[in-house]
Amino acid sequence: MNPPRDTAGPVTLLVATRKGAWLYHADAERRTWQVDGPHFLGHVISHLVLDPRDGRTLLAAAKTGHLGPTIFRSTDFGRNWAEATRPPAFAKAEDGRGRSVDHTFWLTPGHASEPGVWYAGTSPQGLFRSEDGGVSWAPCSAINDDPQYRKWMGTVQDGTPDGPKLHSILIDPRDPAHMYMAMSGGGVHESFDAGRSFAPLIDGLKVVEGFDVNDATFHDPHCIRLCPANPDRLYQQNHCGLFRLDRPATRWRHIGGGMPADVGDIGFPMVVHPRDPDAAWVFPMDGTSVWPRTSPGGRPAVFVTRDGGERWQRQDAGLPAEQAWWTVKRQAMTADSQPSVGLYFGTTSGELWASTDEGAHWCCIARHLPDIYAVEVAEPAAR
Amino acid sequence: MKVLIPGALRSYTDSAQAEADGATLAEVVTALDLQYPGIAFRMVDEQGRIRRHIRFFVDGQPVHDLGRPADPQGELVIVQALSGG
Repeated sequence: MNPPRDTAGPVTLLVATRKGAWLYHADAERRTWQVDGPHFLGHVISHLVLDPRDGRTLLAAAKTGHLGPTIFRSTDFGRNWAEATRPPAFAKAEDGRGRSVDHTFWLTPGHASEPGVWYAGTSPQGLFRSEDGGVSWAPCSAINDDPQYRKWMGTVQDGTPDGPKLHSILIDPRDPAHMYMAMSGGGVHESFDAGRSFAPLIDGLKVVEGFDVNDATFHDPHCIRLCPANPDRLYQQNHCGLFRLDRPATRWRHIGGGMPADVGDIGFPMVVHPRDPDAAWVFPMDGTSVWPRTSPGGRPAVFVTRDGGERWQRQDAGLPAEQAWWTVKRQAMTADSQPSVGLYFGTTSGELWASTDEGAHWCCIARHLPDIYAVEVAEPAAR
Repeated sequence: MKVLIPGALRSYTDSAQAEADGATLAEVVTALDLQYPGIAFRMVDEQGRIRRHIRFFVDGQPVHDLGRPADPQGELVIVQALSGG
């Protein structure tokens, strides 16, 4: 999330896909978009993120179907790229049975007061930190090697179809040492010492029926967002619904009850408003029976709340009215921080959709891309 | 020893062929990485295991143990299996 702004500025969408990355540069009205790409054609790009502290450094989490993972860096907003010298990698185990990073899934720039600091979440679940702008990465042993955390992570067999993931690394804008992260599976966790230790934050959340709600193993947070306008407020899209947490409370509150029964409150993305902590958006998917993971009924829609989750309103103007069976992954929906907030999402069928009026109207700005894994907004002050 | 590089890794070497030496195949891979930084981690994971879709052949024979002695006169062929659609 970029810092909130009062005046309009340049907007670029950073689109990460299963076959490469694209940048879409908006005109001043965000009506036309100039495409720049593909970058890394053929690479699986899980996340492409701008460093808001300098407005020009981009990091891309990459791998291919047959080569190991790496991180690519650009210090000139994507004109030139160089590979990290030491990508995220687990500590080597003496017995040779240690874990290996399959791919870096999530990238988060560090606190504004710590230029050069980045965090990465991987599959299988691992947390990594860089202090040199993403050139070299060190494992956070409090998560990666802790026996309790390893137990909560489970095995690759316990994870999602593309592998278990550590994601939603959130830094408190008021305190660089205060952070959150989430694991699918393995629950939500909080640190007050810059990641040297963590503790679960799962009270009030639901798990699949029949499992122990007190065991982090069975918790599956899909996406967590912290409100820029109120860093004490967190929203969560979870395997079992929508939740909100207002610190210093430690008990999550279910806020999905206001969603229509025929849509439900299962999904992956969670988007918060840059200036209004009561406003948030979700993109529900079909989580019934065998989990088709399509738009419910083939009718895609965004849902918005303006009152912290008490009520949800459908926003589908411009979206296909029927027979559209795509969905949106957890990193593939985001908001800008323009005076009239823009919303953007990428679909599993390679379409990129935009709204410049907070979701009231939607238009498709790109088609025929590969399966979209992540969409981020870059709003550099100057390039 | 002579090392034949698969197409997917030629962004590192700019060539289909390289030279690297060491007492073992692991040392050959390390020597290759010194010449072409980053290439080793794309083939061998942090636990020293050859990645799932990478195969090493020495003088025509498949090799799974990177601790095997390396012959300076031998030839290492690195093959990458394509996966996914």
